[in-house]
Amino acid sequence: MHGLAFDVSHLLAGGLVLISLMLLYQDRMYSLLNVFALHAVVLALAVAWQAHIQTAPHLYLTAAIALLFKGAAIPIALRRMVQRLGIDRTVETVVGVGPTMLVGIGLVALAIMVMLPITGQADVLTQEDLAFALSVVLLGLLMMVTRRNAVSQVVGFMSLENGLILAAAGAKGMPLVVEISVAFSVLIAFIVIGIFLFRIRERFDTVDVQVLDGYRGEQP
Amino acid sequence: MALDLIIGGIFALFTGALVAIPACRHSLGRPVVYGLTAAACGVILTAAVLGPGAGLGPGAAMERTLPLGIPWVGAHLRLDALAAFFLVVINLCGAAASLYAIGYGRHETLPGRVLPFFPVFLAAMNLVVLADDAFVFLFAWELMSLSSWALVMVHHREEETGQAGYVYLVMAGFGTLCLLLAFGLLAGSDGGYVFDAIRAETLAGWERSLVLVLVLLGAGSKAGIVPLHVWLPLAHPAAPSHVSALMSGVMTKVAVYGLIRIVFDLAGPPASWWSVVILVIGGVTAVLGVLYALMQHDLKRLLAYHTVENIGIIYIGLGLALAFQANDMPAGAALALTAALFHVLNHSLFKSLLFFGTGAVLTATGERDMEHLGGLIHRMPVTASTFLVGCAAISALPPLNGFASEWLTFQAILISPNLPHWGLKFLVPAVGAALALAAALAAACFVKAFGITFLGRPRSPAAAMADEVDGFSLGTMIALALLCVLAGVLPGLVVDGLSGVAVELTGSRLPAQASLPWLSLIPISPARSSYNGLILLVFITFTSTIIATVVKRFASSALRRSAAWDCGFPDQSPATQYTAQSFAQPIRRVFGRAVFGAAETVEMPEPGSLAPARLHMRLRDRIWEYLFLPVAAAVEAAAGRANAIQFLTVRSYLTLVFAVVVLLLSGLALWR
Amino acid sequence: MIGDVLVQGVEMLLVLLVAPLMTGLVRSVKARLLRRQGPSPLQPYRDLWRLLRKEVVLAESASWLFRVAPYVVFTAIWVGASLIPTFATGLLFNWSADMIAIVALLGTARFFLALAGLDVGTSFGGIGSSREMMIASVAEPAMLMAVFTLSLLAGSTALSSVAHFMLTAHVGLRISLGLVAVALLIVSIAENARIPVDNPATHLELTMVHEAMVLEYSGRHLAMIEAAAFLKLVLYASLLACIFLPWGLAAAGDGPFAYLIGIGTYLLKLVLAAILLAVFETSIAKMRVFRVPQFLGAALMLGLLGTLLLFVSRSL
Repeated sequence: MHGLAFDVSHLLAGGLVLISLMLLYQDRMYSLLNVFALHAVVLALAVAWQAHIQTAPHLYLTAAIALLFKGAAIPIALRRMVQRLGIDRTVETVVGVGPTMLVGIGLVALAIMVMLPITGQADVLTQEDLAFALSVVLLGLLMMVTRRNAVSQVVGFMSLENGLILAAAGAKGMPLVVEISVAFSVLIAFIVIGIFLFRIRERFDTVDVQVLDGYRGEQP
Repeated sequence: MALDLIIGGIFALFTGALVAIPACRHSLGRPVVYGLTAAACGVILTAAVLGPGAGLGPGAAMERTLPLGIPWVGAHLRLDALAAFFLVVINLCGAAASLYAIGYGRHETLPGRVLPFFPVFLAAMNLVVLADDAFVFLFAWELMSLSSWALVMVHHREEETGQAGYVYLVMAGFGTLCLLLAFGLLAGSDGGYVFDAIRAETLAGWERSLVLVLVLLGAGSKAGIVPLHVWLPLAHPAAPSHVSALMSGVMTKVAVYGLIRIVFDLAGPPASWWSVVILVIGGVTAVLGVLYALMQHDLKRLLAYHTVENIGIIYIGLGLALAFQANDMPAGAALALTAALFHVLNHSLFKSLLFFGTGAVLTATGERDMEHLGGLIHRMPVTASTFLVGCAAISALPPLNGFASEWLTFQAILISPNLPHWGLKFLVPAVGAALALAAALAAACFVKAFGITFLGRPRSPAAAMADEVDGFSLGTMIALALLCVLAGVLPGLVVDGLSGVAVELTGSRLPAQASLPWLSLIPISPARSSYNGLILLVFITFTSTIIATVVKRFASSALRRSAAWDCGFPDQSPATQYTAQSFAQPIRRVFGRAVFGAAETVEMPEPGSLAPARLHMRLRDRIWEYLFLPVAAAVEAAAGRANAIQFLTVRSYLTLVFAVVVLLLSGLALWR
Repeated sequence: MIGDVLVQGVEMLLVLLVAPLMTGLVRSVKARLLRRQGPSPLQPYRDLWRLLRKEVVLAESASWLFRVAPYVVFTAIWVGASLIPTFATGLLFNWSADMIAIVALLGTARFFLALAGLDVGTSFGGIGSSREMMIASVAEPAMLMAVFTLSLLAGSTALSSVAHFMLTAHVGLRISLGLVAVALLIVSIAENARIPVDNPATHLELTMVHEAMVLEYSGRHLAMIEAAAFLKLVLYASLLACIFLPWGLAAAGDGPFAYLIGIGTYLLKLVLAAILLAVFETSIAKMRVFRVPQFLGAALMLGLLGTLLLFVSRSL
């Protein structure tokens, strides 16, 4: 069929998975945010390419939203936040880099293994798009599990959401309303989390969420 | 004819054991007994190679029923291609070990504890392979375990040996029990224990799966798969070196034979998930085995752990073969099986060679701790050279034999994408990565083993005063080293020799290799992959000759001996050299924390204090901690409970017996 | 037959002759980038010649292995290099060893070099050997995984077939190939002891790896070791060029003109590789020894990921 169409979307979606893996092992705050911005840019490209080959102009809008908000606005805001919180040194991870990466690759394998057989009758493009999207979602979840720092958990959440958008773009016929509402909900979530972060900080002098565990229940 | 010769050889071995009991007091007893075992092994070897059932042609199997064993049943023996191949492995190494022992055994302080059991051990291994009914198989298996246990316990007064013997006995008993249950299941309700009846039996799916689990526990524990390997690095080093060689090089292969015979031959068509289990076990065993080996500084224990790694590689091959067979790809199954069996042969060759070399070092220095060795290449040049060949072969360096079999395994891995099963598609490359990792770590392990033991400067007076060992030992080691080179350079001949086994078990075979030009190895098609050890060797020899000539012609030949340079700070003390522990430190740091929970603490005294600085290093064996200790604790607790039964009244005992009888009878009534 | 032998001989001589020049080129480009004059690119030839004419100073505790190892290392790498289709595919010996065998041949060279490092019994030799084996224990599997991906893609482990496959149109843009390329680049940098893994210019420093291993060598032995290192760089450059830039390769039956074109493009590719390497080395700092496994671990992961993602693109 159209070889180039497939190749490019394959390349972009695969690149997104790769960047998700890169997010896993970043141990500096700023580089984490940079990689996240790159993640969003690649997502925007992937969605735009889908818009091009599916001739679905509303997807261009999704791409633009991704580029503007996730590629620029949110990383910049997060960077400011990191600066003000003064946590621009290292990110503590719960498990080591090596095992995390191994688990990550295992998750990618799992996603492909789950998606390819069950989407057998869909066309190849959707098939591999969904497989990659599920990988990105799982990797985002993994990142939220392995990180203790609240900011990197936010990044994990956002990258997870990128995976959802990739899936939505690949599956033809997703209405625009849904995407916009997803984008808005993410924005709201971001604001809430941002406010929340500062509240945590004021209260406990840290954004390490593990510290919160000690304060569960009726303690002040 | 061939089978009769082989049976004769086995009887000769048993006779040898009887002869050995009085002979061991006499000074000529040792050469006579070992000479006899070598001759018997030679006879069996010849018969197995030339017999019609041997791999050279897919001839019909030969069968005999001996009027021994259980009345009216007899002992069934059968020689087919698979049995013939394993007979070759057993008796090649058996003959080598016997010859080696003629010289090596001279230093044995307690010959009466070795000589009678050695022939029995060999005979039992031969018998396992020949067995054609479950009784003979299990009897021979247990005889093999017990005779090797007796050989492990030769120096039973040493505390380590005692512990090793205890763990070995428990594990061997456990393994045989599992095999017994497996055969019980295989025989079905009619109780046909002859292998032909077992083949004819059709079992339900869950029964066959249970058989697989039991065989993996039984034969796997003997082979040393992780996590059942714990006895192996304790028991193998405790025995005299020629017995260690047989245990590591051959007995583990007999265990592999048990797995192949039951899973490929007796248990019926494999389910797809069997291969997944075996592949995962193989991959984990290969990587963990070599990592454990890297952490050792006792040479024999290092080799024993390394056996675990090689068993992992063999299991990977077998798992692939099962995967292909379950998915109707006989050609792939033949390739993977051939690779696994080739590795069986190779490992038995170089592991025997390495254990013999260790035995030579032990004879010459009385040490097997590498931290007290070093510089032996100057004092023991022949041992060092043969040991080097063994190290290079086991590290899978071309053009030696270890590489040829690992190359074949990689080729089998590379056809795995044709498998229809998605899980396998992803698992196999991951296992391939594990195999590659294990191969690379093995090279590091043997650089360490050879470099610390034979190179550098002597770390103890014993190492500085070592002398080359006797001619029998050297001759055996040279012969094995040559075989390693030969099998590596002419892999096509070995592959052709294995075709009979492949046809028998998978119904397919690799293309004939012997007729190919230049004796190259082409497992699938020339456009896909080919390897030619012979050309590589010729090429290397040719190139190095050119280089040597050119250098001789143009370069200065001046040479001066001087003190080592060492960046201007040469220290005369051999203690400043790298040790086995320090050599492994970087790798320990990379892999150790995840695998062994390695923790290092440095104790540095204050400036001015005269206290020594210390580095504490702690490795934890997690398998031992989390698997074996809880089981042992549970057994102990149960035994404590059961202890109460010892102090009952007569009436209570009668009640117990009565209750058990009624229970069994009602069980029988309900089951029928 | 005679023609085949001739072409193979030319190939072997070509890599041998070009090897010092390539290292010289890297050095002089690096010097220029640092705004130094730097020696001429021909300096490595002079170095080799000088070393060959010098006397060998051998440590008292050195054994025969120490004296043999340089030749073994050199031979293994030279044979490995001559098995790679540099300017033409289907050379006489191309079929006697595939990519896996080439990886293993490099392993042989490393094995003997590491043993030589341990032979004299100094602490520097030991440090070099043990670190080299640590690096190799991650680099070799990474390379093998890359080889896996390539051969799964091309359906062959023979380099000639892979090169032919890469020239065909239905390769397409594949994420796996990109991953493999990065993985192979990382491995090449580590195996050639280049910055950021090791510093080829350093001496008397605890961070060195390769130089520590060969510290005790002198005279003709050192010349062989140095020449082997030059050849290894060319080997990896040719390997990458053969896989990822297979244009211009002459095929088995082509005439002398095609061979000339092949040689010309091959030399161009080497120059390009040398310049890129120099630029890369200048722009990056050496990393701590215990960061290296992470760096190489990334290559291993990329190789594995490449194999996995292959299945996605395979369903095309």
